[in-house]
Amino acid sequence: MEFLRKHGSSPRRRLLTFAATGTVAALLLSACAADAGGEAGGGEGSSEGASISFIPKNLNNPYITLELSGAKEAAEELGFTYAEAAPLDAGADSQIPFIQTEVQNGTQILAVSPNDPDAVCPALEDARAGGAKIITFDSDSAVECRDLFINQTSVEGVAAGQLEQLFDQIGGTGEIAILSATAAAPNQNAWIEAMIQQIEESDEYEWDLVATVYGDDDDTKSFQEAQGLLQSYPDLAGIISPTTVGIAATARYLSTSEYKGQVALVGLGLPGQMKEYLDDGTVQAFALWDPSEVGYLTAYAGKALLEGTITGAEGDTFDAGKLGSYTVGPDGLVIVGELLKFTPENIDEYDYISF
Amino acid sequence: MPESTAARRPAWVARLLTRDAALIAVLVLVLVLASAALPRFASPVTVGYLLLNAVPVLLLALPMTLIIITGEIDLSVASTVGITTATIGSLNLAGWEFLPAVLVALLVGVIAGAVNGALIAFVGLPSLAVTIGTLALYRGLTLVLIGDNSVSSSQYPEGFTSLINAKVGATGIPIVMGFVILAAAVFIIVLHATPFGRGLYALGFSKEAATFVGVHVPWAKFWLFTASGLVAAFVGVFWSTYYSARSDSANGLELTVIAAVLLGGVSIFGGRGTVIGALTGVLIISNINYALRLQRVPDVVLIIITGSLLIVSVVGPSVVDAARRRIQRARRHRTRPLAEARGIDGA
Amino acid sequence: MTLVDHRTRSLRDRAISLLRLREVPVSVALIALVVVTALLNPRFLTAQSTKDLLLNATIVMILATGQAIVIITRNVDLSVGSILGISGFMTGTLFATVPGIPIPVVFIIGVLLGSALGALNGLLVTVAGVPALVITLGTLYIYRGINNAWAGGREYFSGDRPRAFGDLSVDTVLGFPIITLIALLVLLALAVVLAGTRFGRDFYAIGSDPDAAKLFGIRVRSRVFSAFVINGALAGLGGVLYASRFSSVGATTGTGIELDVVAAAVVGGVAIFGGSGTVVGAAIGALLLTTITSSLAALRVDKFWQQAVVGMLILAAIIIDRIAALRTARRLRVSEARDA
Repeated sequence: MEFLRKHGSSPRRRLLTFAATGTVAALLLSACAADAGGEAGGGEGSSEGASISFIPKNLNNPYITLELSGAKEAAEELGFTYAEAAPLDAGADSQIPFIQTEVQNGTQILAVSPNDPDAVCPALEDARAGGAKIITFDSDSAVECRDLFINQTSVEGVAAGQLEQLFDQIGGTGEIAILSATAAAPNQNAWIEAMIQQIEESDEYEWDLVATVYGDDDDTKSFQEAQGLLQSYPDLAGIISPTTVGIAATARYLSTSEYKGQVALVGLGLPGQMKEYLDDGTVQAFALWDPSEVGYLTAYAGKALLEGTITGAEGDTFDAGKLGSYTVGPDGLVIVGELLKFTPENIDEYDYISF
Repeated sequence: MPESTAARRPAWVARLLTRDAALIAVLVLVLVLASAALPRFASPVTVGYLLLNAVPVLLLALPMTLIIITGEIDLSVASTVGITTATIGSLNLAGWEFLPAVLVALLVGVIAGAVNGALIAFVGLPSLAVTIGTLALYRGLTLVLIGDNSVSSSQYPEGFTSLINAKVGATGIPIVMGFVILAAAVFIIVLHATPFGRGLYALGFSKEAATFVGVHVPWAKFWLFTASGLVAAFVGVFWSTYYSARSDSANGLELTVIAAVLLGGVSIFGGRGTVIGALTGVLIISNINYALRLQRVPDVVLIIITGSLLIVSVVGPSVVDAARRRIQRARRHRTRPLAEARGIDGA
Repeated sequence: MTLVDHRTRSLRDRAISLLRLREVPVSVALIALVVVTALLNPRFLTAQSTKDLLLNATIVMILATGQAIVIITRNVDLSVGSILGISGFMTGTLFATVPGIPIPVVFIIGVLLGSALGALNGLLVTVAGVPALVITLGTLYIYRGINNAWAGGREYFSGDRPRAFGDLSVDTVLGFPIITLIALLVLLALAVVLAGTRFGRDFYAIGSDPDAAKLFGIRVRSRVFSAFVINGALAGLGGVLYASRFSSVGATTGTGIELDVVAAAVVGGVAIFGGSGTVVGAAIGALLLTTITSSLAALRVDKFWQQAVVGMLILAAIIIDRIAALRTARRLRVSEARDA
C-alpha cells in the first residue's frame, strides 16, 4: 500500500488541525459537487432499453438464483438493461445500501424483496420521487411504498396446500410441529399464522401443534432443530417446514435416522434437492411454485407500469409473455399461480425447476 | 522513524500523528477518485445515505477504540445493540410510549456494559472470553424479549423517524451526524486531553505503568465497558427507528466495528491509536463499499477488499518498520560501529 | 517428617492435582447435564439420541481441537468457519464433477486445502509479526469472499454425493458414528503429541512466555506456524465431514462457527491467553455446548432461551476457571512460604 510508505514524508505539524479540515473538506467535496443523482425517466410509451434492477433478499442461495434466472430471461425478451444486486446475508441493514445505490443509478424499474417491510421505505420513496417504478416480489414492503407486489401464490394457498398434504398422510389427528426459518422472517410468519388459523377453523384438522422451532435457514441449525423435535415429542406425527433449507435439512435427518417413514414431512422444497428423499421414501409429498416465474412476471409487470399500461390499481390487466395475462388484485397484489404439489409420480415433470 | 523527530517529541506521538494523516490522505484519495470516476458519487444523496448507514459503526467505534487501546476487546456490542432494540420493540408492543421505552433501553445498555465491566475489571476475567459469553447471552435475551415479533419504525411517533432522516439543508448531511460528532468530541477529549485518557495508553502498555501514572485500573476498565454499553444503547435507539426492532438486529456487526477500528490504526496489542484514526477507518471502508456498490460490484468483492485492507494495514507498517530498522542498523554500523541500534521500538 | 507421612501426602497431592485438571469441571458439568436430562426425559439416552449427540459434536470438536492448539500458543484463528466452508464446497464440487473419485482422495484434498489456508494464516502471523486476531479476522473475510465467488448460487446436495460417503455419518461402529471415530482418533493423536513430545510441549512454553521460549532456543515462529497449519488441516477435515453429514454445501457453509469454536475451547478450560489447557478439554467443551442445545430441546425449554443459556454457561466456565486459578496461586504461595 502506497500510503503506508509515506509515513516519513507526511507533514508533521498541526496534524490534528489538518485532520479536522481534511475530514470537513472531504465531506464538503462530496456534499457540494455535482448534481443530485437518480434522474429516472418516466414518460409513457416504449420501454425498450429501460433499466431494471432486482434486489432479492440475498444472493448465493439456490431459490433466489432460480428466481433471478426468470427475471433475466424476461428482461432479455423485453430488451431491458438488467442488473441484480443484493447482500450476502438477509439482514435488514445490509440490503438497504443496495436499494440506495440503485436509486442513485437512476434505475427505472426497481424490483425488491424487502428483508424488512418498513425500513426499505425511505429509500423506495426517494426512488419513486425520481420517477422509478417500484415492485416488490416474494415478500412485501409497506403497501404505500411500492406500486405492485408480485407474490408466488396467496398466503392462504400456501398454508392450505401444505396442510392438505399433511392431512393426506397422517389424517386429522396427532401432534405436529413447524420448523421455520428465522423468527423474524415475514413470509414464514405470515404462512404460519395462516396455517394456525386454518387449523382452528377447520373441522377436519384436529392436530395438536406442539412446537414451532427456528432453523434460521441454516443447514446445521435446522438439522439440530429437527432432531430436537423428535427427541422431545416422541408421539410427533408430522412436521411442516415451509422453507427450502429447513425441509431439506429435516429430510436429511429423517432419512438417516430411525424415524424415517415414521414421521411425515411436508413443506416447501426445491425439486432438485428433494428428489432423493422422495425416492427413498423419507418424504411422500412436498410443494413449491416455479421461482423463475416470479422473476419473469415481475419484469413484465415492470414493463406495463413503465409504459403506463397499468398504474397498480385493482382490476388493471397486463400481458406477461409466456405466462399469459394477469390482473392486479386489491392493494396492488398480483398472484403468480397455484402451489405446485410434488409427488413421486410427477417429480420428473418438474426437474426444470433447477439450476 | 528518523532520529530528528524522535528527539523533538516522544516517538509514539509522532507515529500517531503521521498514521492519522496517512489515513485521512487515503480517505481524501478515495473520495477524489470515486468522485472523478463515478459521476453520481459526489452528490448530497450519497452523503445522506452513506453517513446514515455508517452511524452505527461510527458510534460503536468510539468506545471500542478506547477499549482496544487499553488492550481489551468488546465482542458483545452488536448483541447489546440487539437487546436494546428488543427492549424498545417489546415495550412498544406492551403499549409503552416511545420516550420512556428509550430511557429503559438506555438503562438496559448501561447494565449490559456494566456486567461486562464488572466481570473484567473486578473479577479479573479476560475480556475476549467474557464478551464472547455475553455476545451469546445478550443475543439470547434479545430473542427471549422479542421472540418472532418485528417492530418497525412506523410504530413510533412520526417526529422521531423524520428526525432520523432529516438533513442539514441541501448538504445531504443527516442531522443525526450532529450527535455522532458530539459523541466523538466527548471521546476525543476524554482520550487525548485528560489524565484519564492518557492513562489508558499507559494501561495498554502495562497495568503497572498505568497504576504508576495514577490510573485506578479496575475502575477505568469498568467505566469503559459501561460507556460501551451506553453507546450501544444509543445505536439501538437509532437502529429501531432507522431499521426496525427484530431478534437479528445488528447481528454480526461486532466484527465490522473491530475491523474498521483496526484498519484505523488502533493496535490490537493496546497502547496505540486515536479516535480520529478509527473514525477515518470506518469512513474509508464505507466510502469504498458505497462507491463500488454504485458500480454494482458484487458484495463478494467488497468483503475480500475489506479483509485485504485489514491485513495490509497491519502487515504493511510492520514490514516497513522492520525494513527501516534494518536499514538504520546498517547505516549505524557503517558510521558508528559500536553504537547501540536500539531505542525506537514502538508498541 | 516421617517416611509414611511423606507418602500419604504425596498420595493426597496426587488426588488434588487430579481434581485440579482443567478437564475436570467441564467433564463434571457434562455428566451432570446428561444425567439430569436423561432422568427427566428417558428418550435422551436412546441409541438414536446418543448417536445424534455425538454426530452434532463431531465437527465442532475437531475444530475446537485445532483451535485449542492455536490458543495454547497465545494466538487465535477466527477464519476456521471460512476454511471449513471452502473445504466443504470443494468436497461437493469434487464428487459432482469427478465421477467415481475415491473417498480417501477427497479427504486428502480437503485436508491439504485446509492446511494451505492455515499455512497462509500462519505465514502472515509469524513473518509479519502481527496479532493473529487481526490477521485471521482479515482472512475470515477473504476466504469467505473466495467461497462466495466460487460457489455463487450453486449448492451441492447430498444426492450429488456417493451413498458410501454420506453413510460415514450414518453408520455406526459400537454405537459410535464413523465420523465421530475419525474425530476421536485425530483427538487422541494430538493429545499424545501435545502431552508427550517435545514438539507438543513447546506450544505450552511459547504460550506461557514467548520471550522465555525464544531464550530457551525454541523455534517460536516455526512452532506457531505449525499450530496454524494443524488447525487449518483440521478445519479442512471438518469441511469434508460437514459435506458427509449435512444436506447441502454452498457459499455460506460454516458461517459464524468460529465463535462457537472459540467458546468451546474456553469452556473446555483452554486459557485464552495461552500456555494452558488441553485438546481433550476443548473437545469436551464442544461436546458440552452441543449437548446443551439438545438437552434444552429434550427438556422442552423455550427455544428462545437456548442461546441465553449457552451464554451463561460460557461465563460460568470462565469464572470457575478463574476461581480455580486463584486457589492454585494461593496454595502455591502457602507452600512456598512453608518451604521457606
